[in-house]
Amino acid sequence: MKKLTALTLACTLAASLALTGCTIERVDGTSTGGSSTDNGGSTDNGGSTGNTQTDGKRVLNVCNWGEYIDVDLIQEFQEKTGIQVNYQTAESNESLYSLLKTGGANYDVICPSDYMISQLIEEDMIQKLNYDNIPNYEKIGDQFKGLAFDPNNEYTVPSTWGTLGIISNKTMVDGEITSWSSLYDDANKGNVLLINNSRDAFGNALIYLGYSVNTTNEDEIRKAYDLIADANKRGIFQGKVMDEVFNKMEQGNAAIATYYAGDYLTMYEVNPDLAYVLPEEGANWFVDAWCILKNAQHVSEAEEWINFLASTESSLANMDYIWYASPNTEALEKYPEYYKETYGEDLDMDLYNIMAPSAEVLKKCENYVVLPEETRNLYNDLWIQLGL
Amino acid sequence: MKNKRSLLAIPYVGWMALFVVAPIVMVVIYAFTTADFSVTGENFTRMGTFTVIFTRSFKLAIIATLVCLLIGYPLSYAMAREGKGFQRVAMLLIMLPMWVNFLLRTYSMMSIMENNGLINQFFAAIGLFDLINGIFGTDIQYFKMIGTQGAVVVGMVYNYLPFMVLPIYSTLIKMDNTLLEAARDLGADSAAVFRKVILPLSLPGILSGVTMVFVPSVSTFAISRLLGGGIQMLLGDLIEQQFLGGAYNPHLGSAIALVMMVIVVACMWVMNRFGEGEEQAVML
Repeated sequence: MKKLTALTLACTLAASLALTGCTIERVDGTSTGGSSTDNGGSTDNGGSTGNTQTDGKRVLNVCNWGEYIDVDLIQEFQEKTGIQVNYQTAESNESLYSLLKTGGANYDVICPSDYMISQLIEEDMIQKLNYDNIPNYEKIGDQFKGLAFDPNNEYTVPSTWGTLGIISNKTMVDGEITSWSSLYDDANKGNVLLINNSRDAFGNALIYLGYSVNTTNEDEIRKAYDLIADANKRGIFQGKVMDEVFNKMEQGNAAIATYYAGDYLTMYEVNPDLAYVLPEEGANWFVDAWCILKNAQHVSEAEEWINFLASTESSLANMDYIWYASPNTEALEKYPEYYKETYGEDLDMDLYNIMAPSAEVLKKCENYVVLPEETRNLYNDLWIQLGL
Repeated sequence: MKNKRSLLAIPYVGWMALFVVAPIVMVVIYAFTTADFSVTGENFTRMGTFTVIFTRSFKLAIIATLVCLLIGYPLSYAMAREGKGFQRVAMLLIMLPMWVNFLLRTYSMMSIMENNGLINQFFAAIGLFDLINGIFGTDIQYFKMIGTQGAVVVGMVYNYLPFMVLPIYSTLIKMDNTLLEAARDLGADSAAVFRKVILPLSLPGILSGVTMVFVPSVSTFAISRLLGGGIQMLLGDLIEQQFLGGAYNPHLGSAIALVMMVIVVACMWVMNRFGEGEEQAVML
């Protein structure tokens, strides 16, 4: 009897280790082996090979951020094209990256931010797009093309953009917030929320110190760390948060936070005491863009999806729903009009300018680019050290 | 005959092998390798930097376990001694929160303990802050709870208390009343009966209760993230960061997890020595 038990144990163990073997291959391999490679290489209409698994029914696996799409659009896309969309969300660029790396996910199309896109390109994880199949790409404004993460416009179709600034509760802070210094200031002790990802948290400190957010100079990064660590020691921060920020700011549990403009507008709808400011030292502006993964099984479906969302109508609906600006020039121009038609009142232009700041404002803001591995490791080590 | 019956265990053994043994083997493999799977001990040499987090995790888990024991034991005792009605109501109250998902409960604890949360609003409404400010000439508007170690301990106790009460209760309720009567007969006073009869007999319950509270407390990451405000980083957060955060280093994450497991097993082993001679406590 014992033998039988041992045998079962051994067999299962062997089987599971074999499974591990597969994941290991995926972790360090550039291609995932098997049938997906032939599809990944060709960027022409992949429809012939894409949907073999599903008996003719066309499917598409999408991964986007949470609260980042008008859900009606998914429905509309499905009805229009007959493609079944498996829609999933990720919390951050970093968790999306680990999902992709561990091989647990088989998405076709994803929507990472600028710096993550360049990292994915660097690691050969996304494929070049065939823009002939995405005619709506033309409607994307020129200021969103040829950016550092995709200088030759080969891999991406921008989907949303915005800024990262300071959100404050007017009833809880004295005077007007104009500088990043308010994050590290004793005046708001215990009421500041630090953003819970190292890139943004260090980015804010670097801007305040007058350095580039993309610096690779260890001294500058360490100075930024010292600034945050010192403030942490003095008890300035109430916590490190990502999406918990909504509740905390809306309910007046914290006075100051850094978060994205689009999310500020969502909070503002609940709590009109909240204000958003791009500090005088400058800020970070980001672009999130659709990319197709190298090992995508449904390339033609992914292209239809991207094209559908880049259209002016979809962009308008989406912008209205999530409050993040679209890079579609026509949609940007039409939005105030669209708002008036939908709600019967004029759009507050201050809010519009927060959502979609002018080129002049953007000039003061910097895009993230991918950092070399050495610098990324430094970021990670310092970030952990902050938690000690 | 006996052999035939143990065939019934096959599904469970298979399950265990696939979901318990295999993952542990994987953790060990990852812990001793680098990104390109060459063998190394480097992951463990970095462990020294995390001493603060190890200490904090074990400290908070031990405090939470002690608090659970101090609250849980008298409650279990009262439940076992009282009538059926009290037992039923108490049991229902203990089980009720467990019908709601753990994360949801922790989220609601967060909004209860916020600076502007229910507790502080209540204190403000009854004029407690005015009273304090009047007496001490201070200027406080709220008690700071979120982001403190105290809040993390409260979260642990709140979530894991049932796991302390239930095993203790089940040993106490099974206790033979005649033993207590015999002890009385032989001249023991209440304190002696408790110390010499009840406590030793309920030790297995205490040990499994302690295990069931201590182990999840030491490895939690949701509680510290939500109630500790992400500032009171615990081992669970550190490990999570290696897998899902910007750090992405599953090898280091596995090494930390492995060290944590070894320490936990060592703690359990030491604790079970106390129960030697008694019925062995359930390990996990």
